[in-house]
Amino acid sequence: MTIEVRNLVKKFGSFQALDGVDLKVDNGELLALLGPSGSGKTTLLRIIAGLDWPDTGDVAFNGEDALAQGARERHVGFVFQHYALFRHMTVFENVAFGLRVQPRAVRKDEATIRARVKELLDLVQLDWLADRYPSQLSGGQRQRIALARALAIEPRILLLDEPFGALDAKVRKELRRWLRSLHHEINVTSIFVTHDQEEALEVANRVVVMDKGRIEQIGSPDDVYETPATAFVHGFIGESIELPVQVEGGVIRLGDQPLPLAADGLAPGASKLFVRRHDMLVGPPGSGAFEGAVQHVRNFGPVQRAEVALSGGETIEIDAPRNRELRAGDTIGLNPRRYRIFAGA
Amino acid sequence: MGLTLSWLSVIILIPLAGLFLKSLELSPEQFWAILSSRRTLNALRVSFGLAFAAACVNLVMGSIIVWALVRYRFPGRRIFDAIVDVPFALPTAVAGVALTALFAEKGWLGAPLAALGIKVAFTPVGIFVAMIFIGIPFVVRTVQPVLQDLDPEIEEAAGSLGASRWQTIIRVILPSLAPALLTGLALAFARAVGEYGSVIFIAGNLPNVSEIAPLLIVIRLSEFRYADATAIAVVMLVVSFVIIFAVNRLQRWAQSRIPAR
Repeated sequence: MTIEVRNLVKKFGSFQALDGVDLKVDNGELLALLGPSGSGKTTLLRIIAGLDWPDTGDVAFNGEDALAQGARERHVGFVFQHYALFRHMTVFENVAFGLRVQPRAVRKDEATIRARVKELLDLVQLDWLADRYPSQLSGGQRQRIALARALAIEPRILLLDEPFGALDAKVRKELRRWLRSLHHEINVTSIFVTHDQEEALEVANRVVVMDKGRIEQIGSPDDVYETPATAFVHGFIGESIELPVQVEGGVIRLGDQPLPLAADGLAPGASKLFVRRHDMLVGPPGSGAFEGAVQHVRNFGPVQRAEVALSGGETIEIDAPRNRELRAGDTIGLNPRRYRIFAGA
Repeated sequence: MGLTLSWLSVIILIPLAGLFLKSLELSPEQFWAILSSRRTLNALRVSFGLAFAAACVNLVMGSIIVWALVRYRFPGRRIFDAIVDVPFALPTAVAGVALTALFAEKGWLGAPLAALGIKVAFTPVGIFVAMIFIGIPFVVRTVQPVLQDLDPEIEEAAGSLGASRWQTIIRVILPSLAPALLTGLALAFARAVGEYGSVIFIAGNLPNVSEIAPLLIVIRLSEFRYADATAIAVVMLVVSFVIIFAVNRLQRWAQSRIPAR
């Protein structure tokens, strides 16, 4: 099943939730919608599911208009952040729900339903919990049941809204890996929403980065990390050093200090210089583009994180390998191995 | 624990025991004769029958009111929410007078109804109306917090799994609310059975037709027929207890299907 979204616009009162979103999702993809809260990612997901309606724009499944159908007819599996399990039903009945409410004409007989539920509980590895109630399960178990319930209707598309958002860090990591292998197994076109970049980069085939109701970049996890398309993406994904610079007559200035960096093809005016923390190489004083005094050093496993006060006045954090020990009070030179400059203040 | 027991004994159990002791002054034959008299039977029938009917109406209407109050945002919602409590706070006699004035043949509602040939004031229908009036907040206030707690997402989940609106209500929403609904029903019923103040104004109090059991007790007391009064009281007590107990069991059964979170 392919999904095509064209020029979606949605306002809640005066809040612009979606501001002209275009997106194509290929068959069998596992796509992440990544963005900060309020970026419109959940709204986009809910519109695809039929739980919300756009003000203008189109949604098509396999080229067919989906907006003409309600959530009920779209055959979309939806997994909620807070599970939304039916708490008066056992795990078994929760998973069976979608099969039991089918119109009489197509409803399966009891034995088939039982077999199918059993199969799904095996798939999420929780068949031993069939007779429990949702309140007796852990968060991670509940979310797996919610997923089994969504899969029961053999959805054409699987949509997950912050599926691991309410879980603790360890369970989250386990479920990430599990979700990826599950997707590999069932191969349903899937979209999940997250504000956690690590989750998006680790699980998805393709990542859609959103901000303020617009799509900033669509690309593979490598693309969005290595070649961010906009200042927002660079700042949002991975840890970046961000410095305000001026581009003037082929020279880049930080404050009134010219930087020995190439300014080819850059538009003149206020810009932003982005460097990944680990791409800022430490050298002796006077050796790099920047000069600074080390303020604090903390050790994080393989790296030491140093807070450095630049001679221009800004303070930045860098991640340096442990082979050259830094101490508070050292004066060092810094040279960006890779950097990107985006126009705009 | 000790304090709870002694307090319950003083406030509830000792008066109830006194009631039973008083009724023991009657021989079983006398007791039976009082109860099986036409007037007593009719009074009990009016009280319990109408109270149950009123509680059922309150269950349905109360649920609709709760739904609107919890799920919709409309101008004046807070005022409506406060109005629900009026029957709680209003002295019952005031309510009785107000309802009587409203439904009397010349009243605002009584006149148009009379034109349709429906008499409310001074008939059993009037009792029914008064019982609905005083019972409604019990249903609304017991169901409201539970519905507020019910995540609207579960309705969306049901919908995306292919359930129709009707299936969502029957299979998801009502079962989740069942314990609260039953509690509300039981409270509204108990209140209506015991209601005296508002009912006697509007009832007309015709023996065998619109005379409620609590009023019959008062009449017997004023005739110094204390044993008669206590006999009726004991029957009311036992029947009420049995009904409350049954609803309680039902409620517990419903609750056992929703273990505490």
